[in-house]
Amino acid sequence: MLRKVQRCYGSLEYLSSARRGYASHPPKARLNIPTDYASTPLLHHSAKSALANKELSEEARNGTTSRINLFQAVNVALAHALRSDQRVLLFGEDVAFGGVFRCSMNLATEFGDDRVFNTPLSEQGIVGFAIGAAMEGMRPVAEVQFADYVFPAFDQIVNEAAKCRYRAGHNADSMNCGGLVIRMPAGGVGHGGLYHTQSPESLFTHVPGMRVVVPRSPVQAKGLLLAAIASNDPVIFLEPKILYRAAVEHVPAEPYTLPLSTAEVLKEGNDVTIVSYGTPLYTCQSALAAAEKDFKCSVELIDLRTVYPWDRQAVMASVNKTGRCIVVHESMVNAGVGAEVAATVQEGCFLRLEAPVQRVGGWSTHTGLAYEKFNIPDVVRVYDSIRNALEY
Amino acid sequence: MPTYRILDQAGRIVDHARETPDTTTTPELLKMYKDMLTVSLLDLIMFDAQRQGRISFYMVSAGEEGIAVGSASSLSPHDPIFAQYRETGIFQYRGFTPEDFMAQLFATRSDPGKGRNMPVHYGSRKYNIHTISSPLATQIPQASGAAYAVKMQNARDPTGEQRVVACYFGEGSASEGDFHAALNVAATRACPVVFLCRNNGFAISTPTLEQYRGDGIASRGVGYGIDTIRVDGNDVLAVREVTRQARELALEDGGKPVLIEAMSYRVSHHSTSDDSFAYRAKVEVEDWKRRDNPITRLRKYLESHDLWDEAKEKELRSETRKSILDAYRQAEKEKKHALRSMMEDVYETVTEEQAEQMERMRDTVERYPGEYDVSGFEEGLEGMRPSAR
Repeated sequence: MLRKVQRCYGSLEYLSSARRGYASHPPKARLNIPTDYASTPLLHHSAKSALANKELSEEARNGTTSRINLFQAVNVALAHALRSDQRVLLFGEDVAFGGVFRCSMNLATEFGDDRVFNTPLSEQGIVGFAIGAAMEGMRPVAEVQFADYVFPAFDQIVNEAAKCRYRAGHNADSMNCGGLVIRMPAGGVGHGGLYHTQSPESLFTHVPGMRVVVPRSPVQAKGLLLAAIASNDPVIFLEPKILYRAAVEHVPAEPYTLPLSTAEVLKEGNDVTIVSYGTPLYTCQSALAAAEKDFKCSVELIDLRTVYPWDRQAVMASVNKTGRCIVVHESMVNAGVGAEVAATVQEGCFLRLEAPVQRVGGWSTHTGLAYEKFNIPDVVRVYDSIRNALEY
Repeated sequence: MPTYRILDQAGRIVDHARETPDTTTTPELLKMYKDMLTVSLLDLIMFDAQRQGRISFYMVSAGEEGIAVGSASSLSPHDPIFAQYRETGIFQYRGFTPEDFMAQLFATRSDPGKGRNMPVHYGSRKYNIHTISSPLATQIPQASGAAYAVKMQNARDPTGEQRVVACYFGEGSASEGDFHAALNVAATRACPVVFLCRNNGFAISTPTLEQYRGDGIASRGVGYGIDTIRVDGNDVLAVREVTRQARELALEDGGKPVLIEAMSYRVSHHSTSDDSFAYRAKVEVEDWKRRDNPITRLRKYLESHDLWDEAKEKELRSETRKSILDAYRQAEKEKKHALRSMMEDVYETVTEEQAEQMERMRDTVERYPGEYDVSGFEEGLEGMRPSAR
C-alpha cells in the first residue's frame, strides 16, 4: 500500500519538476545548464524535418505530423497496436485508468476491459502471465510500473522469456513467447532516489534471447515500440521517464516502425565518436556543441537505440573513422553497456584507436536521492572526456 | 479438507454414485491402465539406463502415474498443458511413443527440443504440451496467462471447442512466489485454468511439515476465491472424475480457475541424483509401495470386473518392455542435431554477433581437430556453418 501511494505521488511530482527546473543549476554554470528541449537538434521542431526521416515508411513520410510528447507517442503507438491486431493486450499495475505516467490514457475505454486491464500488484505475476499469453498466440504488452521494480520478474524474464524459443526448438513455431513486450519507465528524474531512478538495461544485455530497446524521443518511442510489438523476439522496452513530458516534437501521424538492433548516427563527425542511448544523448549533444566550439573538433554522435543485440558494425565503422570513442549512459559504469561497447571497440578498432575508450556513466554506487546531480553523467563530464580524448 | 475417493485401496468402489463401468468407459479404463503401466516400465528401464551412464539424468513418476494419466484423460487433447517434470503420464496419454521419449532422453536429431534440455524436459506442439523447464513454479503464472489467451479465443469462437489450460506442479513448488502470483491473477482475471497440485509428501528431502503448516495446498485456494477440491491421487478414477468436473467448472461463466490437490506419495527417489534413504526410512517407502499404488489399485478394480487378468498383464508387460528397449537401442545409435543448433533459436534469426562467434568456434575446432569430437553431430564440422534458410 505504501509503495503504491508513493508511486502515484512520485509520478505526479516528476511531472511538475520537469517544468520547474527543480534543483536548478549553479548561477555561474556554462556547461551544466538544463537541456533546452525546445531547441535541441535531437528533436524534430518542424513537420518537414520529422517527415524527412528516410527510415519511415512511404505512407508515414507522405502523411502529416502532430506535436506530442513521449508519453503521448507511447500512447499513440499502443492505440495503433491495439486497433490493428486483436492479439495485442495491454496490462500491468494501474494501466486501466491511464497509467501513473498517462501512457495508457483512454485505451481501456476504447478497447475494453478485456484487452486493457489492471493486474494484481505482482511483477513476477505480470511477466509470467504475459509469457503464457504470448505462448498461446497473443501479443501482450506488459507494463512494469518502474524499471526499479522489474527484479521480482527477473527469473521469468531470464529463465523463461529469454529461453522459451530456444528450449522449444522445433516446437517453437507456435510455442515461443516472441509476441511479448515488457515496457518500463526508467532512468533519473531528478529526485527518484533509490527506487525510481534505476536503469537496469545492462542486466538484460547479458541475457541472450531478449532484445533491449531504449528510445530517445517521441518519434523513436513510437516507431521502436511498434517494431517491438511486431517483433517475434521478446523485448524489454525502457522508456526514459524524464522525457515523458519534457521531450516534445513533431511525430508522423501514420503508424510506422523503426528498425531494431540498428544504431542511428545523429550527427556526423571526424575526431571523436560518442555512443549513447536514451536521455544522456541530450547531455552529449550539449557537451559536443560546447566542445566543438572550444576545441575546434568534430564529434560523431551515435544513438544505439537497441542496446542488445546492438549494432556493433555501425559503432566500429564510426570509431575506425574517428579513432576515439566515448560511451555514455546513466547506469553504473561497472559491467554496464559501456563495458561491452568499449571491449568490442578495442577488439574491432585496435589499430585505429588514438586514445583509450572512455566510459562516462553513473558511479559504482546506488542512486542516492541528494546526490543525483553528481552521479548521473552531466555535460561537464562528457565535455571533459571529449577533451581527454583529444588531448591524449 | 477431506479427500475425495471413488476406489479404495482394494480397488472396490466406495462412491457408488459414480459406479458406471459400462462398455463406453471400458476402453478408456484399459487405456489408462496401459498408460500408467507403460510409464512405470519406462521409468524402470530409464532409471537403470542413467545408472549405467547411458543418459545423463532421469526422474521417475513412481506412485504418481495416476495423477498424470487420470487427469489427462478428462482434458480435451486441445487443452494446452503446462507441466513441472513428474508428469510423464500426460505425454504417454496424449500419444508419445517410446521413440518420442527416447529422442528427448538421448538428445538425438529427432528431439524437437534439439538436444538443448536435460532429460525428461519434454515438450510437444503436436500434443499441446508446453516445453518443460527446470525453474519451479514459473509455469504457473504462465498457465494463467495462457488461459486468459484461451478465454479470449473461446469468446471469439463461441461455437468452436471451448478450451481450458491445465497446469501441474508439486507441493514444494507451491511455496514459490509464482504460485501466489498465478492463483491471484487467475482469479482476478477469471481465467479458465485447472491448477493441479501433486502433493507427494516431499520436495527432494524436505517433508511437508517443513514446507507448510496450513491444511496442505487446497486450503489456500479458498483464500484466493478459487473453487478447490482435494482428491486421492492414487485413485485414478477419482482423479479422472474430479478433473472432468473441474474442467466443466472452469468453463462456467466465461471462465474461472479451479484448484485440485491430488494426495500421493513419492515412492521413488527425487531424481537419479538423489538417494532418498538419506532422509527417510526405507521401511516407510516399502510400506507405501506395498500398501497403495495407483496401478495396482486400478488393476484390482479391473480384475474384479473381469476386464483384466494375469495373462493379459504378462503380455502387456512384455510387449511394452520390448517396444521401449527397441526404441532405446535405436536412439543410442542416432546422431545429434547439427552443431549450429547450439546458436539457433535464441532469437528468431541468428544475430550478426552469433554468426561471427559460430565462425570463430568452427575455426577453433578446425585448428585443434584432436581436441573435439564432432562425429556424433549431423554434418560434423560443416554443421557449424549457418543454415541456408
